[in-house]
Amino acid sequence: MAPFHAVIIGGGGTGAAVAHDLTLRGMKVTLVERGELTSGTTGRHHGLLHSGARYAVKDKESAVECIDENTILRRIAPGSFELNDGLFVALTDEEAAYSHELVEACHECGIPARRLTREEALAREPNLNPAVKLAVQVPDATMDAMRMPLRFFATAKHNGATIKPYHEVVDFVRRGNAVSAIRVRDHTSNKEYEIGGDIFINAGGAWSGRIGAMVGVDVPIRPSPGVMLAVYGRLCNMVVNRLHASGDGDIIVPQRALSVIGTSSWVVEDPDNLGLPEDHIQMMVKYGSELVPAVRTAKFRAAWSAARPLIGPRGADTGRELSRTFKCFDHIDEGVEGFVTITGGKATTLRGMAETTANVVCQKLGFPVPCPTRDYVLLPHTAYYA
Amino acid sequence: MTERDIEFKVFRYKQGGAAPAHQTFTVRCDENTTVLVALQDIRRDQDGTLILRHSCHHASCGTCGMRINGREELACVVKVFELGTPTVVVEPMRNMPVISDLVVDMEPFYDRFNAAGMPFIRESEYLEEAEVAEGLETYMRCENCIECNLCVSACPIMGTDPTYIGPAALAATWRVVEEPRGLDSRPLLDWVDSQNGCWRCHVAYECNEACPSGVLPGDKIMSLRRELTKRKFRRLFGR
Ligand SMILES: Cc1cc2nc3c(=O)[nH]c(=O)nc-3n(C[C@H](O)[C@H](O)[C@H](O)COP(=O)(O)OP(=O)(O)OC[C@H]3O[C@@H](n4cnc5c(N)ncnc54)[C@H](O)[C@@H]3O)c2cc1C
Ligand code: SF4
Ligand code: SF4
Ligand code: FES
Repeated sequence: MAPFHAVIIGGGGTGAAVAHDLTLRGMKVTLVERGELTSGTTGRHHGLLHSGARYAVKDKESAVECIDENTILRRIAPGSFELNDGLFVALTDEEAAYSHELVEACHECGIPARRLTREEALAREPNLNPAVKLAVQVPDATMDAMRMPLRFFATAKHNGATIKPYHEVVDFVRRGNAVSAIRVRDHTSNKEYEIGGDIFINAGGAWSGRIGAMVGVDVPIRPSPGVMLAVYGRLCNMVVNRLHASGDGDIIVPQRALSVIGTSSWVVEDPDNLGLPEDHIQMMVKYGSELVPAVRTAKFRAAWSAARPLIGPRGADTGRELSRTFKCFDHIDEGVEGFVTITGGKATTLRGMAETTANVVCQKLGFPVPCPTRDYVLLPHTAYYA
Repeated sequence: MTERDIEFKVFRYKQGGAAPAHQTFTVRCDENTTVLVALQDIRRDQDGTLILRHSCHHASCGTCGMRINGREELACVVKVFELGTPTVVVEPMRNMPVISDLVVDMEPFYDRFNAAGMPFIRESEYLEEAEVAEGLETYMRCENCIECNLCVSACPIMGTDPTYIGPAALAATWRVVEEPRGLDSRPLLDWVDSQNGCWRCHVAYECNEACPSGVLPGDKIMSLRRELTKRKFRRLFGR
């Protein structure tokens, strides 16, 4: 019999990785997701497995986290990544000069980075803007945004976790100052019931503020959407990024036979109402065609929005600041026991986020088991259905 | 941007509840509104109990397959205005058990798919003349098939004979035969060389029509037949 029952709310990549981690550590795990698995932000992102190069100059901690997790994921989820590497492309003299800083910063963070001449870059990616001055090659890759996390679900499930899609948390039950159960609505049958547990983990991404509010704690999250555009045709084989200091997302991620261009950023109140500003779609065409001119004439496939959980200042911020790149709040600092929130981060760092969260959970419960996920090869995504 | 009210007739069903029925909703749409976004709007503003499968929102994950005005489609890439009908009928895929509303149980799909042992990653065929970057053996990319089940839903044989292996798994089998990557394709060829395998297909290509990802499963079935015929002749002549 497992000594503790952990209940996870939110079936994105983060929830998936937490479920996998805690199951392997020997806990009883139940995860509830209000819709299909990965129907929040997780399924909708660019599909970039970050090398960390994007953050190397300005945010070394993020960069190191990315390259570490990038390496681990390639090992534990072989077959979920297109092995294509990434290019940072300089189009101006200023950007070309900046390449030195980028390569140096990458090396400091342990990210392999190599400068390519204009000719080398064009030989590899003939569709690049011919104005390219030079490029830097880094170990970015394309990930299957849905099937990679699905492997965490599949593995957790086969190791005993209960995964419940179409189960929406509608309320929490408290006993004294502790959360003792969630009240869920099973949307496949319209029935409501309670699920009790020893610890409740809010992995609600851009929705985690709302989930926190049901408990009465402060999760200072604001949904910050970005627009992405997919066009027909694999216009490049590598992930193509703009090499510039701002680090803004001018990026083309080839996915299968499509090319995905991203992204913008603004802030909304309702994570279920992101909208899709027309001028942002046009902005993607502009960004994209500067890198690869064929974007301008490529046939439209889809445009959509997805929301990052933007972490704002918190009233009672005595919480555990375990990382600047993501946050794990133990709400005991607001007097609520048995409730932890994990938010922020990236799809690339899902495993690391889960490790941190599971460490916090295990410490709270006095259940000292080391993290077992670094070398545990995940089942294929198809195993989720078998 | 023009806006218009569009009527959606949506298939509804809850386990243990009333018999399946269509429910009508009216949604304000504009040129960019996809059927997926309209359904999400219904869920947010009118009926939070409506469920459907979705994830990538750009025809890459294959989860949002459904029947829209009677055709197999990915809801995330069908623009409501482009349908041109004042009422849009939305129903779950056929030939699959319905879990609730628009959600079908994908288990039978993956049961067949797992049997084919399809390699998920393949060599990328993009631009023959492009050099492979240093440090990489070759560029690799994910398979075209996004496992959406739309071809299975569209296939008339599938509807009458659930033992039929079906277009998606047959196409995946052909991929293994075509590019085995160390797998032994002979048992797979035996598997599809049967009454419920590639000889069951009646070659009207509804599957090709339904596939959103350019897999052309019907063509792959024909390739399997040719391969099997070749194999038979080789055996006949002892080669
Ligand atoms: C535009 C954009 C581009 C990005 N690109 C990349 C990229 O290329 N590479 C990368 O690594 N990262 C990228 N990211 C970041 C990455 O997508 C996110 O960090 C990650 O997907 C977050 O996962 P999550 O599991 O924390 O959240 P989510 O995936 O949002 O999961 C939260 C889940 O909680 C569920 N939920 C909400 N309320 C309830 C309730 N009441 N009951 C039950 N369930 C509930 C939701 O349905 C949702 O599925 C990008 C983000 C954005 C916005
Ligand atoms: S061509 Fe064959 S597999 Fe395709 S829909 Fe018709 S019967 Fe089914
Ligand atoms: S062959 Fe095409 S229609 Fe069939 S499952 Fe694959 S992508 Fe979908
Ligand atoms: S949501 Fe992924 S294919 Fe439509």
